[in-house]
Amino acid sequence: MLARFWGTRGSLPVALTASQVQAKVAQALLAAEGRSFESLDEASAFAAKLPFATAQTYGGNSSCVEIEIRPPGPASHEYLICDMGSGLRAFGSSVLTRHGPRVANTFHVFLSHLHWDHIMGFPFFTPAYIPGNRIVIYSCHADAERALRRQQAEPSFPVDFATLAARIEFVMLVPGQTVEIADVKVTPQRQLHGGDSYGYRFEHQGKALVYSTDSEHKLDNTEETEDFARFFRDAELVIFDTMYSLADSVSVKQDWGHSSNVVGVELCHLAGAKRLAMFHHEPIFSDERIAVIEAETRRLELITRDGAPPLEVIAAYDGLEIAF
Amino acid sequence: MELQATRRDGTLLLQPQGRINHTNAEAFQTALAPHLEACTAQGDALLFDLSRLEYVSSAGLRIFMLASKKIAAAGGRMAMAAPQPVMQEILEISRFNLIFRIHATVDQAVAALTAER
Repeated sequence: MLARFWGTRGSLPVALTASQVQAKVAQALLAAEGRSFESLDEASAFAAKLPFATAQTYGGNSSCVEIEIRPPGPASHEYLICDMGSGLRAFGSSVLTRHGPRVANTFHVFLSHLHWDHIMGFPFFTPAYIPGNRIVIYSCHADAERALRRQQAEPSFPVDFATLAARIEFVMLVPGQTVEIADVKVTPQRQLHGGDSYGYRFEHQGKALVYSTDSEHKLDNTEETEDFARFFRDAELVIFDTMYSLADSVSVKQDWGHSSNVVGVELCHLAGAKRLAMFHHEPIFSDERIAVIEAETRRLELITRDGAPPLEVIAAYDGLEIAF
Repeated sequence: MELQATRRDGTLLLQPQGRINHTNAEAFQTALAPHLEACTAQGDALLFDLSRLEYVSSAGLRIFMLASKKIAAAGGRMAMAAPQPVMQEILEISRFNLIFRIHATVDQAVAALTAER
């Protein structure tokens, strides 16, 4: 399996500003200490060794993660996608680059919930405009179709949902009930979020990936904790909402529907998960701040492991691929 | 997990011992509850002596948070002191160090709480 992150930012897409880019260039020049480079390749090799927050960025697209069971070739393919945030646009472009416009593909989309940052990419998803493509949208919310039609209705968008040329289907899933889709067993789990959200556990050939975003954990209920530990059990990868600090999530941002790095590490330890991808980054956080939180979370994992198997901690970024 | 209580200079010292995690956080909350009643504007200040607390999970930190809110609502005062290095890191990474007043030693904390009376 492979997870490819197209959008990792929470709530609202963001972009680096001119001054932020300039600061990165200045830091890179300082790190170069006056050395010269013979070629772009040589300079790129140097840049690759710089700290991530100096030379790269976590990105700013909202939630969209592709799950790959087998690598697509130029022929027709069945894609699996979690959420349709603004990262979906870039995913759609990559599909067209790979296949061209004449190859019909199937897209299985799993929606965590219908808040705008998780569906806003769909009007810009080019494959939806191409006849022959099939898009199956799975959700535990009864009003998924209404939400997608509404965001493309006048006056919000100039192209109505009804004019989309792809074949679009909506399938309701039931929490706790496993279905098999494109050779993958998929189990939804209800999560605490305004209007509810749903996590998904994907299993294929004995390996599991969990997508669990926009999920608050109240920490006052042992059964709830153990229920999520079961949902995450032995997962190769848990993609987890770490938008807030723990202190914020139980004080000023209580009931805002999000979780923290501390809870992510605890649940993954309890579950025996192998990797934690920190996800749904707070939009006001800079690259430097996310890098600090990632380092702190790795440290927390180490000092609280208490005999649990090591957990790899990764702050997800747009463009990241995790294979297992 | 154990909770020992002593009193010094108008300050109630509570010393949790061992580990607080999701399996015993509720027991910690139950053990803590009766001590909070005395921590009002005219009553005792509350000091958590963390010197024998080895670990606290998110569920335990939430209970400290609830205690802090209850005491603040009653006009009382609360602080923490003497966290072990691991506990200090947990408080910092969870950002509870920005919410709780944390002193290096119990003596410093008692002096600070006494000076506020």
